Amino acid sequence: MRTPNKLWNSWRGLFRDPIRPFGISSALLLIVLAIAPAKNHFSEWRQYQRGYLKLIRNRPDALVLQRHFEPGIHQIWLPDLGVVDRCETCHLGLTETSLGDIRMQPWSRHPVIPHSMQQFGCVICHRGQGAATTVAAAHDSTLSPDEPILPARYDEASCGQCHHVALEGTPTLNQGREILARYGCVRCHAIKLPDGSAEQPTDEPPPLTHIADKTTREWIYAWLKDPKSYAASATMPNFLLSDDDARDISAFLIANSVAESGDTATLKVASATNADPTAGASLYGESFCASCHATQNAAGNLVGGDLGPELTAVGTKVKPEWLTAWLRDPKIYDGATSMPHYRFTDQQLALLSGFLESKTNSDLLANVHLDAATPEQLAHGKQLVEEYGCAACHEIRGVSRPDNYGPELSRVGSKPVAQLVFTTGMAETLPAYLSNKIERPRSFGPGLHMPQYTFTPAQVDALTTALLSLTDRSYTLPAKMRIAAVQQTAYEPAGRAGHLMTDLNCMACHRINGHGGDMAPDLTWEGSSVQKQWLDAFLKNPNTLRPALIRRMPRFNLTDEERATLTDYIMTVYQNPTIDRDAMPLRGYLPAMVEHGRELFYGKYACQSCHMVDPAQDKGYIGPPLSAVGSRLNAEWIFLWLKNPQQLRPGTIEPDRDMSDDDAHALTAFLMMQTGSGNKGARK
Amino acid sequence: MVVAVCGCSRQHKAAPAPQATAVGSALVVSSGDKQLGPAGAPLGQPLVMQVNDDQGNGVTGALVMFTGPAGVKFDPSELLTDSSGQVSTNVTLGNTSGRYQLTAVTNNKAGHALPVQVPELAAGYQEELGYQVQRTYCSRCHNPESTPEQVSNHDNLSVPPHSFDQGDTYNKLSDADLTAIIGHGGPAMNLSVLMPPYGKTLTKAEIQAVIAYIRLVSDPPYQAPGLVYAKQ
Repeated sequence: MRTPNKLWNSWRGLFRDPIRPFGISSALLLIVLAIAPAKNHFSEWRQYQRGYLKLIRNRPDALVLQRHFEPGIHQIWLPDLGVVDRCETCHLGLTETSLGDIRMQPWSRHPVIPHSMQQFGCVICHRGQGAATTVAAAHDSTLSPDEPILPARYDEASCGQCHHVALEGTPTLNQGREILARYGCVRCHAIKLPDGSAEQPTDEPPPLTHIADKTTREWIYAWLKDPKSYAASATMPNFLLSDDDARDISAFLIANSVAESGDTATLKVASATNADPTAGASLYGESFCASCHATQNAAGNLVGGDLGPELTAVGTKVKPEWLTAWLRDPKIYDGATSMPHYRFTDQQLALLSGFLESKTNSDLLANVHLDAATPEQLAHGKQLVEEYGCAACHEIRGVSRPDNYGPELSRVGSKPVAQLVFTTGMAETLPAYLSNKIERPRSFGPGLHMPQYTFTPAQVDALTTALLSLTDRSYTLPAKMRIAAVQQTAYEPAGRAGHLMTDLNCMACHRINGHGGDMAPDLTWEGSSVQKQWLDAFLKNPNTLRPALIRRMPRFNLTDEERATLTDYIMTVYQNPTIDRDAMPLRGYLPAMVEHGRELFYGKYACQSCHMVDPAQDKGYIGPPLSAVGSRLNAEWIFLWLKNPQQLRPGTIEPDRDMSDDDAHALTAFLMMQTGSGNKGARK
Repeated sequence: MVVAVCGCSRQHKAAPAPQATAVGSALVVSSGDKQLGPAGAPLGQPLVMQVNDDQGNGVTGALVMFTGPAGVKFDPSELLTDSSGQVSTNVTLGNTSGRYQLTAVTNNKAGHALPVQVPELAAGYQEELGYQVQRTYCSRCHNPESTPEQVSNHDNLSVPPHSFDQGDTYNKLSDADLTAIIGHGGPAMNLSVLMPPYGKTLTKAEIQAVIAYIRLVSDPPYQAPGLVYAKQ
């Protein structure tokens, strides 16, 4: 009993006065009560709000900015999109147009974008933790490991979550997606899109079933060791093979190849060997081979298109007999090739293959000496071909195409950092991981098969951006927000003309009914547009419509019958159903109307800025010259074109002039008089 | 313990600045200035500067230091000139669009700093879009430089158009003026009839984007009009 008494005594000794404990506990209570307001007052976001008020205090637009300012936590809540964003609590100047001069975060103005922040919030584009109210929890990868802030250089990745179609304002993302398709990435790594479709490759890896017809084992060896040593623009990556591995794979590919009849041809054309040495080069130029194939010029720059392989040292690669047969009819060797079937004469074949055979690189095979392969080496070669997934791209006899050779990348942009393995010295973020994987795939450990590409830093950034766009969020966003990519249709022209167009590979360059390339004009409505005689003459000898372009239509040396078939088909089938091409006459316009048209051409509409009617006087060099347009186009087409060019050819740069019917009539009359013979109407 | 503290502090220090072995008397931009790149991303070309002596020859081993506004990164930011007197650094601009005024400095014999201002341009979404749009619709006439891929029509026009970096011309025109010219053609502002109207061809957003691009590249730089307060 003593002990509680003692305690009680000491307690009474401390608080002799009964008021005292009351006072102390009140003070304690007050302190406890003050903690919350103090925490609030000194919180990070309030400091930023005070900083913002200080920043705008002395500005000339202070009154407006202060009126817009509201203290407290601001939040954008979008239940549909799963967005709760409090970023605007600190980022106070985002929508203030007059704060364009402020670069200081978090108060700077947001750059102009096509979406409103109230509709989309912040984290859909920038990622990070929108609901957080401290800087670290919102941004940093250590505190928001699932989704740290996306570095600004990859911002376009976020557009790609909804926009699967190429946008004008996202060149980096578009380039990245192009690389994914063009460099064969999607042949090993499946990329499925939220709408159920998948990214499709656009490259054309050649089949290797008859490779021995085409080239030598030595060349295959050199190519496998380093594709760039043969062609600077090679799209095949470097598999970093050892000498022995390259030896065995080359041996297997040659031994596995089956000769195809018609793959080789020998010509005996005496006149070709005696001909002018420049004749082959001229034929190469006249045939517009450079529209698709590049060669390195004396300065080391690549000149030419990239639809077909580079030809700088093609003579070191291909056998002369194969080249001749290929130029005669490429479909025999590779039925799926984009190379058109030119109708060359034997003389031309000899000249062209002679010219191409002279393009060599003597260093390439100088040190390649391969002994005949042993059965073990052949077996090892086949094993390597299977291991490295060669058949994911190339058709190889006896090796089936591996499914899902590489990991699927459909949602790689949302891969949690915890699942990534970083190498030393690398920033521990997803973008850094992806770009390092692209740049140095083999540095992540032994036994990896991903080959080494040679991308520029800009290409690596673009590819990383495209991969970062493949997020979980792109699947969870409402389907109505998704804008699908324009898919190629399966259109194929029919009948004899269709067979001819497949043979000539018209659709490698031209698009028809949503199928085909984009190098040359869309021909879907060609029959409504042009006159029949002109089309026939053009196919006979394609002259240049647009002098400023360097990619041009080659001459295929068609027979009269083939030309007639094509012309008939195009004029009959490729018509716009809403256009009556005979609604306006080709000739017989009143001189007064023609004169009025000329005044409009040179005066009100100043068409000579871009077009030439009188080559002696006009200089416009953007649109096609119009000095013979009256023999080329139908009058109704010209009239409708003048009324609204984009309706007839979406994306054409000719501006829509909002022309009245009368003006368009008069201009059509004037243009129809330009028949190329004497330029009657063009006199001034 | 002192040793341990020194050891720790040394780890946090940046790599020591290289020691200059020579000094020049002039610093000039060799290449890589006035580049346009996406905000937050590395510029396409490195910035190359040259240190020259009194005779205009390159000086080897002179120290050049780069500084810029907040957010700009240099790789590296301090380095010595090579055998031709040049230094090359990769520049990453900040996350906001606009004009970045970078500074390169070297010291002369007397120890005085020789600063050189180098402008670089960071494009945000709008400027990037404007760049793409003008490349399709405008630059064939407005850019006087011809390349094999894009032949310029500039010299073919009887009234040559102004290149978009001519700030002296464009800075005098307000956004509304430029919108009128692009949308309704040259005659809208009593200018050349050779400039056609694009109001029906381009969207409002695209026209604004082209204007934002013109404002970004203009030289001298464009100053947005501030709020005007009448005195008294």
